[in-house]
Amino acid sequence: MDSNRRSFLKIGVAGAIALAAGGAVYRLAYAPTPGHRLALDGPATTLLTAVIPSMLGPVLPTEAAARAAAIRQTVDHVAGAIAGLPLSSQKEVQDLFGLLSMAPVRRLLAGVSGGWAHASPDAVDAFLQSWRHHRLQTLQTAYHALHDLIIGAWYAQPANWPAIGYPGPIKELA
Amino acid sequence: MNNTNIPIASQKGAIPDPILAGLAAGWRVTDCARLNEDLVMEADVVIVGSGAGGGVTAEILARAGLRVLIVEEGALKSSTDFKMREADAYPALYQESAARKTRDKGINILQGRTVGGSTTVNWTSSFRTPPGTLAYWNKHYGLDGYTPESMAPWFAMMERRLNIAEWAPPPNENNDVLRRGAGKLGIPTGIIHRNVNGCWNLGYCGMGCPTNAKQSMLVTTIPAALELGAALLTRARAERLVIKGERVAQLDCVALDAAGLAPTGRRITLRAKHFVLSGGAINTPALLLRSVAPDPHGLLGKRTFLHPTLVSAAVFEQRVEAYAGAPQSVYSDHFLHTDAIDGAVGYKLEAPPLHPVLMSTTMAGFGARHARMMAQFPHAQALLALLRDGFHADAPGGSVALSGDGAAVLDYPIGDYLWDGARRALLSMAEIQFAAGAKTVMPVHEAAGEYTSWRQAKSAIAALPFKLLATRVVSAHVMGGCAMSADERLGVTAADGRYRGLRNVSVHDGSLFPTSIGANPQLSVYGVVARLASGLAQQLAS
Repeated sequence: MDSNRRSFLKIGVAGAIALAAGGAVYRLAYAPTPGHRLALDGPATTLLTAVIPSMLGPVLPTEAAARAAAIRQTVDHVAGAIAGLPLSSQKEVQDLFGLLSMAPVRRLLAGVSGGWAHASPDAVDAFLQSWRHHRLQTLQTAYHALHDLIIGAWYAQPANWPAIGYPGPIKELA
Repeated sequence: MNNTNIPIASQKGAIPDPILAGLAAGWRVTDCARLNEDLVMEADVVIVGSGAGGGVTAEILARAGLRVLIVEEGALKSSTDFKMREADAYPALYQESAARKTRDKGINILQGRTVGGSTTVNWTSSFRTPPGTLAYWNKHYGLDGYTPESMAPWFAMMERRLNIAEWAPPPNENNDVLRRGAGKLGIPTGIIHRNVNGCWNLGYCGMGCPTNAKQSMLVTTIPAALELGAALLTRARAERLVIKGERVAQLDCVALDAAGLAPTGRRITLRAKHFVLSGGAINTPALLLRSVAPDPHGLLGKRTFLHPTLVSAAVFEQRVEAYAGAPQSVYSDHFLHTDAIDGAVGYKLEAPPLHPVLMSTTMAGFGARHARMMAQFPHAQALLALLRDGFHADAPGGSVALSGDGAAVLDYPIGDYLWDGARRALLSMAEIQFAAGAKTVMPVHEAAGEYTSWRQAKSAIAALPFKLLATRVVSAHVMGGCAMSADERLGVTAADGRYRGLRNVSVHDGSLFPTSIGANPQLSVYGVVARLASGLAQQLAS
């Protein structure tokens, strides 16, 4: 086994343990109340606010106020989508957000230093790209969760349909 | 006369809602989310699930004069609620908000969770069980009563009941691409039979039919059973069959809240002479596992099949509008017959409807590339390839187990045998799309690009790494897990659907199938269950 592979495995195992432990720690601190509508906490909102522009790319408005409002609304719509998932999946997503908000994980596994609020677009792009193709399945599934939640929340909104030329359902019955 | 705890809304809009009318006319329906106290009920037969298997069973047993009680985990939603919006439909009508996944999250599963089950949200494609599939069951599972000839009257009966006929209007462009592209390559296609009556050709079958044209269980068998005095419990999750010796004494259920997520704390106890399990091929084995049902040969929940499905997207110069018109109308079985049924895996080709959430979440990538593809939405086209799993030693399917909280978890590994089929399927679909004039083709795979010629796509697909999560694999057809067999070492159910070792339990859903079907399974469930339920009605009446 060459040394690159060995060190990868070491990071891989450490990463998996961090992921599991991070989830548990996060769960203890922020146990969701079953049956209650999910409210994203501050760190989760900060994380999503950093990731949404990279995930959605040029579909977001460029003017600053409109852009900030669109990102804010998308955070709310992501929270709405999560609230429709089974409670066990809600827990998994909250664990993921909690984990990514922990500084060591953010730095070592996501490669983003200095906090999500200050992450450069390039750093977030690189984080998404690396988890998308990561050899650890857990990190790939985390990328897919962010992909489906954010992109799904955006294109679910009728306000975002004209831009892609989707007329929406027949008005008489909708 | 009012026999429901659901507040009855008044009819509004141009489309009469048969469910609201039925509730007003005295159907016995209890929304368990609204229960203020525990509930105990008794019937001749309790049916768990109101989809293809439960619906057909309910009508047949009710017509035989039996007192029927149907338990459904989903809510009672009807045309008044069906607004053709994915953001509402997925959480309300699907298992796990249309995001049900296999254990390693490698396969996304679309399955209904509402009155009518998957039939309320499916795309109406109706195929009789292929003769080759029945012959395989006959040879390997001793199911000699299941021949095309012996099943024909049951398929015919359900085709009449559900108005199943070949789709007469022209296919939409999304489907016509399959017909034209395949035709150019000399690959035969056929027109799909659909269970619709007065279809408006809107394209929103997957979000609940807003005009009641789709002949789902929601508007056919379930109303018929309720008219005959059957009772329906909604938002009730079947937890456990209480087994005493060789009989089930009762079914314990828990009431779920209005969103269908958390138990309310109310419990429901159901007693009956006979129990029919029709929760689908994930939930039926899971209920039996939670109940510690007899399973001397370790077969329960094993050999679960998905028709693992690959997706190929394309962009055309002309508008395709894959969101409009009957979602599935053209198919090709050519690649099911290029090899023997137990040879290299075969696949059925179809086209899926494209709506913004379904399409955007299915397409790989993010940022500018993803946005560029979505900007061409009205010009986007897609094909599906359904792999026929279960006929080869290297495609033994998955297995259902229980998570710590008792929920069903499906483990479905994909090995080289299926990946070989996946690669061939992506190649076939790209070739057909280019033959039909596609500008670009994008196999749905994290490592795939946008290809502008068949030549380019052919070499690129040949070089793609095939593994879970990188290759997008989806499923809308869950089958197996309670296989029927004449041989008790090969199936937990007998050829009559009776569960071995429990004298008063039958399985009436797709979990009976000892392999996948090799076609959209709804008509297979209807036909097989119509036959089993008719037999059961005779036995229970005597």
